[in-house]
Amino acid sequence: MALLQLERISAQYPGAAEPVLADISLTLGPRQLLVALGPSGSGKTSLLNLIAGFVEPSAGQITLDGVPIKGPGAERGVVFQDDALLPWQDVLANVGFGLELAGVPKPKREARAREMLALVDLAGFEQRRVWQLSGGQKQRVGLARALAADPRLLLMDEPFGALDAFTREQMQELLLQVWQRTAKPVFLITHDIEEAVFLATDLVLLAPNPGQIVERLSLDFGRRYGDGESARSIKSDPRFIETREHVLAKVFSQRSATRQQERA
Amino acid sequence: MSSYEVPALVRAPTTRRPVIGPRFTLSIRWISSLTLIALLTVWWAITASGLIEPLFLPSPFAVLQKGWLLATSGYMDATLWQHLGASLQRIGLGLLFAILTAVPVGIAIGANRIARGVLDPLIEFYRPIPPLAYLPLIVIWCGIGELSKVLLIYLAIFAPIAIATATGVRTVDPAKLRAAQSLGATRIQLIRHVIVPSALPDILTGIRIGLGVGWSTLVAAELIAATSGLGFMVQSAAQFLVTDVVVLGILVIALIAFAMEMGLRTLQRKLVPWHGQAH
Repeated sequence: MALLQLERISAQYPGAAEPVLADISLTLGPRQLLVALGPSGSGKTSLLNLIAGFVEPSAGQITLDGVPIKGPGAERGVVFQDDALLPWQDVLANVGFGLELAGVPKPKREARAREMLALVDLAGFEQRRVWQLSGGQKQRVGLARALAADPRLLLMDEPFGALDAFTREQMQELLLQVWQRTAKPVFLITHDIEEAVFLATDLVLLAPNPGQIVERLSLDFGRRYGDGESARSIKSDPRFIETREHVLAKVFSQRSATRQQERA
Repeated sequence: MSSYEVPALVRAPTTRRPVIGPRFTLSIRWISSLTLIALLTVWWAITASGLIEPLFLPSPFAVLQKGWLLATSGYMDATLWQHLGASLQRIGLGLLFAILTAVPVGIAIGANRIARGVLDPLIEFYRPIPPLAYLPLIVIWCGIGELSKVLLIYLAIFAPIAIATATGVRTVDPAKLRAAQSLGATRIQLIRHVIVPSALPDILTGIRIGLGVGWSTLVAAELIAATSGLGFMVQSAAQFLVTDVVVLGILVIALIAFAMEMGLRTLQRKLVPWHGQAH
């Protein structure tokens, strides 16, 4: 099974004085759903871009099963915030796109794409055009597309950030179901505290200037959902509320600390 | 069509008011048609009243009659169809070669730093020159045969297509590129599956602009140096003051330009249905 390791990663934009990320160490293994939570400017997206291989770290090493990551690759599937689907392809072709790039023959990749669409509850949408889909449906196609290429792990960049609250909750539950069924490690970034606490098996809290990990938590609410407990019952559990308030307090204390820093 | 739906929507909440009569709205297409009909009527009225000599402005019917004559027996050793065919062949060849070369060049300019450095100043240097300014040089080099005219149109069409393609390539959504990269796309696959389809709306716009420029260049070139073609037909008719042929030629030139524009718009709707859609 896949094991992703980040060892003392730093990242800096060319020409910038301050690094965006400093000294980040993380591991992500099987059956883990790692959520990075932080305010904007805390380097969440930079962290995901480093793992995806879109940018290179200025220091440290990222390895997947011991092999250093060099550039983007199909073994790390990415789901983007703004779906990034290709409008000149229909839904089925979008989902099968990764397999097409890998040279998989058409009947085989279409069968696989249908399977993935069924997994994200979109069976029957194969021939739809991308612009005929709602925001939530697009994100599900994006998820199916990433899964169809059978990546070793899944990276999700605020995948539900642009959705309305109702759709977002549905998508969170869908993600947990898919995560349970496919058993792929997931790295997800978000600024939604409740989402982070609900989904994560491992939660890291990032603080800005420079981006760093200020707290790590091991949680089990996502697993409880997988074991059959309903989302409402989990979210109204006093332990869930307590954890959420703890994380919230931590975020706010970080924020006031940052403000004082800025004033000084 | 939509303009018929609007009053229906507006009327729905005001059903309590007595309906005075069906509200009548003209679609834009009808308004345009009526404008044309009005223009033709004015033309006919002026010529029928005898205010203007037929030498300066022949009547619509005279032009139409001449059109029939030209189409069947011809003018200057060639029928209207042969003149039209000569012009269309020239622009067709010029367009074909321009698309075949300008699209790859545009992709190279948009995607490659070195290609951009080399080709961009060259194109920007010759693009603003009116094609008729370098026509004499082309005639010196290539004679007044078909080659020089096709070459002239080719050059006129090349720049707009290359520039539009380069713009399209440069404005590809980076998220789509990253998405394809994270699915394992190689550089060639990125161009084939993401960059070219993304740039297609811009390429088609470039072709539309190029065709417009190319058509006017062609007709102007035929006015100067040709023995067939619509421009030549108009020019030679003007020398003998055959005004009805001149008017007819101008109308045919306008019709062809209009048809090309409409055809390309239809093609654009067919090929890039996602263009302008929120996605």
